[in-house]
Amino acid sequence: MADQTFPIGGTLDLTPPRVAKETFLEWIHGWVTTVDHKRLGILYLLYAILFLLVGGAEAIAIRIQLAFPDNHFLAPDTFNRLFTMHGTTMVFLMGMPFLFGFANYIVPLQIGARDMAFPRLNALSFWLTAFGGAMLYYSFIGGSGLYGVGNAPDVTWWAYAPLTSKAFSPGHGVDYWALSLIIAGIGTLGGAINIIATVLSMRCKGMTLLRMPLFAWLMLVVSGLLLITITPLTAAQVMLTIDRYLGGHFFDTQAGGSAVVWMHFFWIFGHPEVYVLVFPAFAIANEVIPVFSRKPIFGYPAMVAASVGIAFISLGVWAHHMFTVGMTSVDNTFFVLSTELVGVPTGIKIFNWLATMWGGKIRFKVPMLFLTGFLFQFLIAGLTGIILSIAPFDWQLHNSYFVIAHFHYMLVGSIVFAIFGGFYYWYPKFSGRMMSEKLGKWHFWLMLIGFHVTFDTMHFVGLMGMPRSIYTYEADRGWAHLNTIISIGGFVQAIAVLIFGFNLVWSYYKGKEAGNDPWDAWTLEWSTSSPPPVYNYAVEPEVRSRRPLWDLKHPEDPDWNYE
Amino acid sequence: MNREWLRAPRRAAIATLSLLLFSCRAFAAGPQATPSIFAPASTPATDISHLAYFVLSIVAGIFIVVGGLLTFVVIRYRDRDSNDKREPAQIYGSNQIELAWTVIPILIVVVLFLTTARMIFAIQDAPKPPSALNVTVVGHQFWWEFRYPKLGIVTANELHVPLSSHQEPRPTYLKLLSADVVHSFWVPQLAGKTDVIPNHPNLTWIDPQHPGVYVGQCAQFCGVQHAKMLLRVYVDTPEQFAAWVKNQQQPGVQDASVAAGRRIFETEACMNCHTVRGTAATGRFGPDLTHLMSRNTIASGAVPLNRQTLRQWIEEPDSMKPGVLMPAMKLDDQQLDELTDYLMTLK
Amino acid sequence: MSATSLIPNAAALPGEEWRLPSRGRVAMFCLIIGESAIFTIFVVAYIFYIGKSLYGPTPQQVLEIPVFGTICLLSSSFVIWLAERALERNKIKLFGAFWALTLALGVFFLVDTGFEWHTLIYEKGLTISTNLFGTTFYSLVGLHATHVLFGIVGLTTVLIFTLLGKVREEHCERIQVLALYWHFVDAVWVVVFTVVYILGR
Repeated sequence: MADQTFPIGGTLDLTPPRVAKETFLEWIHGWVTTVDHKRLGILYLLYAILFLLVGGAEAIAIRIQLAFPDNHFLAPDTFNRLFTMHGTTMVFLMGMPFLFGFANYIVPLQIGARDMAFPRLNALSFWLTAFGGAMLYYSFIGGSGLYGVGNAPDVTWWAYAPLTSKAFSPGHGVDYWALSLIIAGIGTLGGAINIIATVLSMRCKGMTLLRMPLFAWLMLVVSGLLLITITPLTAAQVMLTIDRYLGGHFFDTQAGGSAVVWMHFFWIFGHPEVYVLVFPAFAIANEVIPVFSRKPIFGYPAMVAASVGIAFISLGVWAHHMFTVGMTSVDNTFFVLSTELVGVPTGIKIFNWLATMWGGKIRFKVPMLFLTGFLFQFLIAGLTGIILSIAPFDWQLHNSYFVIAHFHYMLVGSIVFAIFGGFYYWYPKFSGRMMSEKLGKWHFWLMLIGFHVTFDTMHFVGLMGMPRSIYTYEADRGWAHLNTIISIGGFVQAIAVLIFGFNLVWSYYKGKEAGNDPWDAWTLEWSTSSPPPVYNYAVEPEVRSRRPLWDLKHPEDPDWNYE
Repeated sequence: MNREWLRAPRRAAIATLSLLLFSCRAFAAGPQATPSIFAPASTPATDISHLAYFVLSIVAGIFIVVGGLLTFVVIRYRDRDSNDKREPAQIYGSNQIELAWTVIPILIVVVLFLTTARMIFAIQDAPKPPSALNVTVVGHQFWWEFRYPKLGIVTANELHVPLSSHQEPRPTYLKLLSADVVHSFWVPQLAGKTDVIPNHPNLTWIDPQHPGVYVGQCAQFCGVQHAKMLLRVYVDTPEQFAAWVKNQQQPGVQDASVAAGRRIFETEACMNCHTVRGTAATGRFGPDLTHLMSRNTIASGAVPLNRQTLRQWIEEPDSMKPGVLMPAMKLDDQQLDELTDYLMTLK
Repeated sequence: MSATSLIPNAAALPGEEWRLPSRGRVAMFCLIIGESAIFTIFVVAYIFYIGKSLYGPTPQQVLEIPVFGTICLLSSSFVIWLAERALERNKIKLFGAFWALTLALGVFFLVDTGFEWHTLIYEKGLTISTNLFGTTFYSLVGLHATHVLFGIVGLTTVLIFTLLGKVREEHCERIQVLALYWHFVDAVWVVVFTVVYILGR
C-alpha cells in the first residue's frame, strides 16, 4: 500500500545528477541564499528545533532549582532571567518558526503552486526572525558578561510596566527583549503576508477555497490573525523603547501614565498569540487524523467556520489575563462570557476529529500516536481553560502554578505533541526517508509519561497556593514533594526530546526509503517525489475535489460526487 | 497485539488525581501551613471554593463524556488487520450533529456564565458595612506596608485583622496602593488575589472566620526578590486585636540602656529609610520599625526574627535575601551588637 | 494518463475561468491591515491619555491646525489617482508629471510638519519627554510622518524609473499597488488629524 505511487506527470525529478559534487562552500551558499520555500521551510524547522532544545535546557535548569525548597542551584536573578528567556524563546523562537516552517514547506505543495507568492520576502522574513533570535540570545553574553548570566531580560515574558522602565530595569535586558522581538516581529509580518498572498493568489486550477486542504485553510486564518496580533506588540514595544530612551511617559506612572495600559496592549497581542501558536497544531491534526483513520475529515465546512470563529472571538478575550487588575464587575463579566464562548468552536473541532475517527480504521503509526495524545491533552487543556475563565476562580488561580499547568498542557501537550506528529508525518516528504518507528515509539511513550508526571502534578501545586515566577519556596509550605515529582517528569521529557533529535539525524542516513506516498494520503503534496523537485510541479495540477489523490486512487468512487 | 494500552495508565491517572485533589483539602477549618484554596477561612475564599466545586464537577462531567468517547473510539476503531486494504465508509459530515454539538456547549456556557456573573457581583460589589476595618496596603519592592488610618498605626509585613463572623461581621477592607511596580496581594485561604498597581488604587476585602496566622505572598513578579515578598495575616480575637492596636499606637519604647545603639541608628543613615515613631527617624523607604519586636519575622516573612537573624540581617541583608534593596551598612561588630540591642527593645 | 489531467474526465470540468486576485494587491492589503493595527494602538494610547497630563503644555495651548500640510497631503491622493489614470491610457509624460506633483505634495507635508515641530519644541516647550501629551503626540504624528517618508522613498524610486524611460502601461498594476499604500497613508492622516487636532483640543 505504501509503495503505490500516483505521481502527477512531471513531478518525479528526472534531472540528471550534477557532474561535479558541490563543494562545502557552495553547499552553504546554496542554503544561505536560498529563496526556495522548501529550503526556507527546513531552515525555519531546524531553527525551531534548536530553540526547542535551548528553551528546554532552560526549563531543566529551572526545574532543578525548584525540585527542592530553599535550593541554591541558581541565584535569584539568574533564575529570573532563565524563566523570562524560557517563555520568550518557546513562544517566539520555537512556536512561530515551527508555524512558518511547516507552512512554508507544505502550503505551496498542497495548493499546487511552485513556490510562495514572494520568495525573496520569504527569505528576508526568515533571516529577520533568525537575527532577532540571535540578538535576544546575545543578551546572555552582552553587557556585563557571563557572570550572573549577563544582561538577559529578567522581567517575565509579559514584561509588565513599570518594572520595565529605566528606573526599575536600568540594565539592557529589557532593551534586548524589546528590540529583538520588534525585529523578529517584522519577519513574522512578512511571513504572514506571504502566506495570505500565496493562498489567495496561487491556488491551482479547480482548487476553490472550499476545496483547499484544511492545513492550508488554517495557515491562511492564522496568518490573517497574525497581521493584527503581532502588530500591537510591536507598537507597545516601540512605546516602551520611547519611554526608556526618549524620556517618554507611556507607562510612566509617576507622570500620570498607566501600567494597566501596557497590560491591555500586551494581552491584546498575547492572547491571540496563543491561538496563533495552536492553529498549526489544528492544521496538522486536520491532515494526520483523517489519513490515519482512513476517512475524510468530518464536517469540513464546520471546521472552516469554527477556525474562523475561533480567530475572531480570540480577539475579544484578552482581559481574562487581567481579572485581578481591578476592572469593574461589568468588564470582568464580559470577558468571562467571551472566553467561554471561544470554547464553543474549539469544542466543535474536537468533536469533529472524534467523528472523523469514529467508524474508521485507525492505524496507530507514530504520527497518529502523537495526535491521539494531542486530542486527549487538548481536551484537558481546554477544560482547564474554561476553569480559568471563571473570574472568581481565576482570582485564586491567576499567576499560580495552575495557570502554568494549563498553558503547558496547551503548548506542550497539544502543540508540541502535534508538531512531533507532523514531523513524523512529513519527514518522509522532506527527506525521502521514513523516521524510525521504533525510536518514534520510545519518543512518544517517554514524552507522554514525562509530560503527565510533570503537568498533571503541577495543577495541584497551584491549587495549593504556589505562585509562579518564584525562584524558591519555603520548606513548610507543603509544595516540596510535588515539585520534586514535577522536576523528575521534566527529565523524562528531556530524554524523549533527545531521542527525537537522534531519530531525526539517524533517519536521514539510515531511514527506510519513503517513496512518494508512504502513508497512502490524499492531498497534492503526496503526488510529488520525496523530496519534491525544486519546481514542485512540472505542470500545474487541476483538482475537482478536496482529496485529489483519493479521486485518482478510487476512480469508481470520487469525492466530487459527494461534495 | 490488542493491548489495552490506554486503559491501565488512565485508571492510574484517575486514582492519583483523586488522591491529590483530596490532599488539597483541609480537614480542620482555620489556617494551615499550605495555603490551599480549598481550605477557605473567609467569605470570598469560601464562595470561590464553592463555585470552584461546581465548575470542577461540570468540567469533570465533560471530561468523562468526551474523554470516554475518545477512549472508546481509539479502542473500537483500531485497525486490527493491516492486510485488509478496504477503506471504511467515507462519511463527510452531518448538519444535525454539528448543530447538536454546537447547541449543547452553548447551553453549558450559559449556565456557567450566569453562575459566575452572580458571584462576580457578589464579591466585587459587596456593600461595605459600617463595622468594617479600613487598612491601606502599600506594596514595595520587596515588602508590605500596612497603614490603619483611623487607628493611627503604621506597620509592615504582618497584617493584624480582627476576627469576623456571620453574626457579628467585621470585615477588613484593604485599599491597595503601590510605591513602585506592580505587585499582587494574595492570601489564598482568605480571598482571591488583587493586583497592587502604581497610580491605580484597588480595593479588596476579607472577613476571616477562624483565628490564627494565614500565609500568602506577592503574586505578580516585581523584581529579583519577588519570591520572598511573603505575607502573614494574623486574625486576632477581639481581645487580642484590641491589645495589639493599643500596643501599636504607642510611640517607640525609649530605653536608656540602649542609647548607644539608638545613636548608631540615628547617625548611620538608618533613619533615612526607617521610621521609629517618637524619635527623629522618619524615613519611609523601608518598613516602620517602631514595634519591630512585636513581629515574628523580618524580610517580609522570609526570615524568622530573633537576635541572631536580626544581627545578620543588619550586617548583610544580601546574605538572607540577595538583591533586597537594603544595603549592608558596613558596621563593625561592636556597632552591630549595640544596634541590635537597641532594636530588640522596640517591642 | 495525460500530464495535465489528474481527473479522468477533464472535459467534464465546467469551463469556468480560473481567476485569482493579484498577489501584489493582496499583499498590500495585508500590509495595510497590519499597519492599521499599529496605528490603532498609538491612537488608543493618545485618546486614553487626553487630559491626563499632570503638568506641562496642553493641546489647547500649543496646537495649531496644520492647514497647509493637510491640504497638500489630501490633494496628493487625488493627484496620484490622476497619475494612475494617465498611465492606464499610456500617457507616460502626463503620468510622470502627476507623479512628480504627488511626490512634491508629500514633501511639502513633511516640511510643514517639520516647521510645526520646530515651533512646538523651541518656542512652546513641548518635547516627547515633557508630559503625556508630548509623548503621545510626537509618537503618533511621528509614526505617521515616518510612513509618509517610506511612501516618498517609494514614489521617488518610481519617479527615477519614469525619468529613465522604464515605466510603461503594463506596469499599471504595480503602480496601483504602490498608490494603494499612499492612499492608506492619507487615510491615516485623516484619522490622526481628527483625533489630535479636533478631538484632543
